[in-house]
Amino acid sequence: MAVCIAVIAKENYPLYIRSVPTENELKFHYTVHTSLDVVDEKISAMGKALVDQRELYLGLLYPTEDYKVYGYVTNSKVKFVMVVDSSNTALRDNEIRSMFRKLHNSYTDIMCNPFYNPGDRIQSRAFDTMVNSMMMQVC
Amino acid sequence: MEGVTLSEAEQRYYCDLFSYCDTESTKKVASNGRVLELFRAAQLPNDVVMQIMELCGATRLGYFGRSQFYIALKLVAVAQSGLPLRVESLNTVKDLPLPRFVVSKNEQESRHTALYSSDADNPASYSGVIPPPPPGRIQVKKGSVSHDAVQQRTSTDQQESTSPVVSPQQSPPTSPHTWRKHNRHPSGGNSERPGPGPFWAPFSEVQPGSSTSSDPIWSGHSPPPHQENWVSFADTPPTSALLAMHPASVQDQTTVRTVASATTANEIRRQSSSYDDPWKITDEQRQYYVNQFKTIQPDLNGFIPGSAAKEFFTKSKLPILELSHIWELSDFDKDGALTLDEFCAAFHLVVARKNGYDLPEKLPESLMPKLIDLEDSTEVGEQTGEVGYSGSPAEAPPSKSPSMPSLNQTWPELNQSSEQWETFSERSSSSQTLTQFDSNIAPADPDTAIVHPVPIRMTPSKIHMQEMELKRTGSDHANPTSPLLVKPSDLPEENKMSASVKFTAGNTVNGYSSSDSYTSDPEQIGNAVTRQRSHSGTSPDNTAPPPPPPRPHASHSRSSSLDMNRSFSVTPGQQQAGVVAYPPAVPPRPQPSQGTGPHVHRSVDADGLIAHTSTSPQQIPEQPNFADFSQFEAFAVSGVNKEEEDEIETHSEVLQVEKPSDSTSSLRVAKADGRVEDKAPANVPSSAGKGTTPLAPPPKPIRRRLKSEDELRPEAEEHTQKTGVIAAVLASQPSIPRSVGKDKKAIQASIRRNKETNTVLARLNSELQQQLKDVLEERISLEVQLEQLRPFSHL
Repeated sequence: MAVCIAVIAKENYPLYIRSVPTENELKFHYTVHTSLDVVDEKISAMGKALVDQRELYLGLLYPTEDYKVYGYVTNSKVKFVMVVDSSNTALRDNEIRSMFRKLHNSYTDIMCNPFYNPGDRIQSRAFDTMVNSMMMQVC
Repeated sequence: MEGVTLSEAEQRYYCDLFSYCDTESTKKVASNGRVLELFRAAQLPNDVVMQIMELCGATRLGYFGRSQFYIALKLVAVAQSGLPLRVESLNTVKDLPLPRFVVSKNEQESRHTALYSSDADNPASYSGVIPPPPPGRIQVKKGSVSHDAVQQRTSTDQQESTSPVVSPQQSPPTSPHTWRKHNRHPSGGNSERPGPGPFWAPFSEVQPGSSTSSDPIWSGHSPPPHQENWVSFADTPPTSALLAMHPASVQDQTTVRTVASATTANEIRRQSSSYDDPWKITDEQRQYYVNQFKTIQPDLNGFIPGSAAKEFFTKSKLPILELSHIWELSDFDKDGALTLDEFCAAFHLVVARKNGYDLPEKLPESLMPKLIDLEDSTEVGEQTGEVGYSGSPAEAPPSKSPSMPSLNQTWPELNQSSEQWETFSERSSSSQTLTQFDSNIAPADPDTAIVHPVPIRMTPSKIHMQEMELKRTGSDHANPTSPLLVKPSDLPEENKMSASVKFTAGNTVNGYSSSDSYTSDPEQIGNAVTRQRSHSGTSPDNTAPPPPPPRPHASHSRSSSLDMNRSFSVTPGQQQAGVVAYPPAVPPRPQPSQGTGPHVHRSVDADGLIAHTSTSPQQIPEQPNFADFSQFEAFAVSGVNKEEEDEIETHSEVLQVEKPSDSTSSLRVAKADGRVEDKAPANVPSSAGKGTTPLAPPPKPIRRRLKSEDELRPEAEEHTQKTGVIAAVLASQPSIPRSVGKDKKAIQASIRRNKETNTVLARLNSELQQQLKDVLEERISLEVQLEQLRPFSHL
């Protein structure tokens, strides 16, 4: 269960960002922003020759004392960043992967919508629903 | 939220009740008739009800929010269980039975007459036909209520009078009615009647409420699509209908005093049958949509691409956001194109929106495109879910009533749908609350919530998949056999082997070919490699079936809708076709006959020579020649000694007997190219040169070309044995019997043999190189000695 989920466009501006509203959302926004550097670092580390074989799932970008940040990048350089609570130890890597896969699928569904212009903010209700289901349930 | 922890059944139950009471769908329930009736139906003492209301905070707030309502319900359950009403009891009481609500007939009737324009149906049948409850109802545990009925009723009446907004609708005399009904129920054999009965009555009332409040056709709440099914219920005898509807719940039910709002149900049925599902497309509408579809896409079975659809619907002047949402709803298979059904659904939603009706959160069932090949269970689940969406969430889809067990399965979807229905009706923060409430349910089946559209989405692509798979398998079936049928078995084997060698170990092949270049004719190897490369297309198919098409999977259905699979499936097919075309071009290798004259085998000479070399170790000198087949070409032209042929014959026979099964792809390839012929004559002269004087001269020209010196000959003898073995191996390759339709095992066996030969040859190569070095050193030493001796000679 993520605490914050963000979709970043190729030009590194956010297409969609959603946080659990209890905490200071700005902090999450800042975290996501800083994680972009790590994402770029990982992408460039792969090398141009390996771009085809590059794994989409980037894994743990960096951990802090409170939470961990995971990254996922698509072949079109759209980045998904997920912040999860560090205390949530039950969350395993393959679960994170599956969550990213769902995000990716929902994102492609949005892309298929002819009324969506790539680069616009994501306002799809289906996407919202899906993200909500992945966010931590805070009473 | 005061942190009420609810069990799964309780959540569903309360959700339904809330929906029932939430007639305006405002996410909060005023203390109006519905709520009060509900509490009345709880048959609790009035003061208890007042206490409940105070505890939950409704009196404080003046209305029942969702949380308050839930707390109130739980307190009702607590009270009905006879426990003291405390806030703590909310969370501490375990296994609390769900609150029971009994609705009196009079209430129903009065309500109906007030709400329905149409006259009530025969009240007599109300007890019978109750809409099938949501499967979750089954989990409702009922205690005996009858004995409390009277008391509760009276107290409820009191409570009504004291409640702020209550308009007392029930008079004490109704209690006798209740009693009567209770009596009737047992008499009617309805003791097994599932407890949810009373709830249905309230739930079914929601419809009339909603229906009367808005345009019947375009009710924002989307009356249930299956109301026509309800009509059918009226015809069935009450008990049987009830029993039929709730076979599963029957066992769970204890005494359930459900004063079914049969009248309500009937009313609803009437009402529902009188108007259609608001999302249903009428015929003229559909015709209009079809015509519009034709203007864009003349082929009714074709797709409208997304861009064309975008232009078309933009003309409706709806905001892009809404159009985007409509697209999301209607593009069922998420392929970016609209089929006729999808287009009609989208158009219908546009029309609805233009008429001022809210867009549903999920596609109503009647708008769902007709999908072929849907799994029934999924479809049922989907439909049930959709029904829940489009209709009152509290109402179980009547269509499912005939199949009660399915209700159990569809309950999760229905529940989720109900929660989402709530979300649709009012997207507020309460939806967040709602999500939390149902978090117990949703995570239990998280994939269902997320994957809901997926199974449907899969379907059209499933057809694609099947087609593609058929294509692929067809091509696969064709190809593995075609090479075999087209060419002699040797050739297909060879191709397969070469292909398989290349396939199984790409690097190994390179290594193989490179090592081959050391140990055998580089040209042969070149040919082999060339052939391997050309047959690489076949390898995936001949040696290993192509990977199955990506299963229509949630995460990968996209790939199926893209033509990636097609291209993948086609490509190997094309490759196969191409490869198939290639092998026939290769001249079939003559099958060396076991024990027959080697003349049959074009490379018989080589075989014989090789055999000869193996059997006659002294015939060594060709070892260096053996290593360098290019030399043999020259000798292929130079002619062959007849006597050696004779020797070769016998030896070839021996050899062939020795290792009939051995084969190396290189040699086979070489043979196919006739390289062996080159080798054969080369071997012939080399063997001729072994030990026999007349044979000596022919090898000399060979040796001249070779790096090795004459002194190599003695050392070459040592190699002969090794090379002889290899030669035997190589020779015996052609002796492998041709087998039409050789299966994979033969290929793999040949691969193994090739690999063995490969390693052997590589080893031989290294050894020969080593020996070459040694010989050179000896030569140097000898020359030094000669130099040393010479001075003596001078002396």
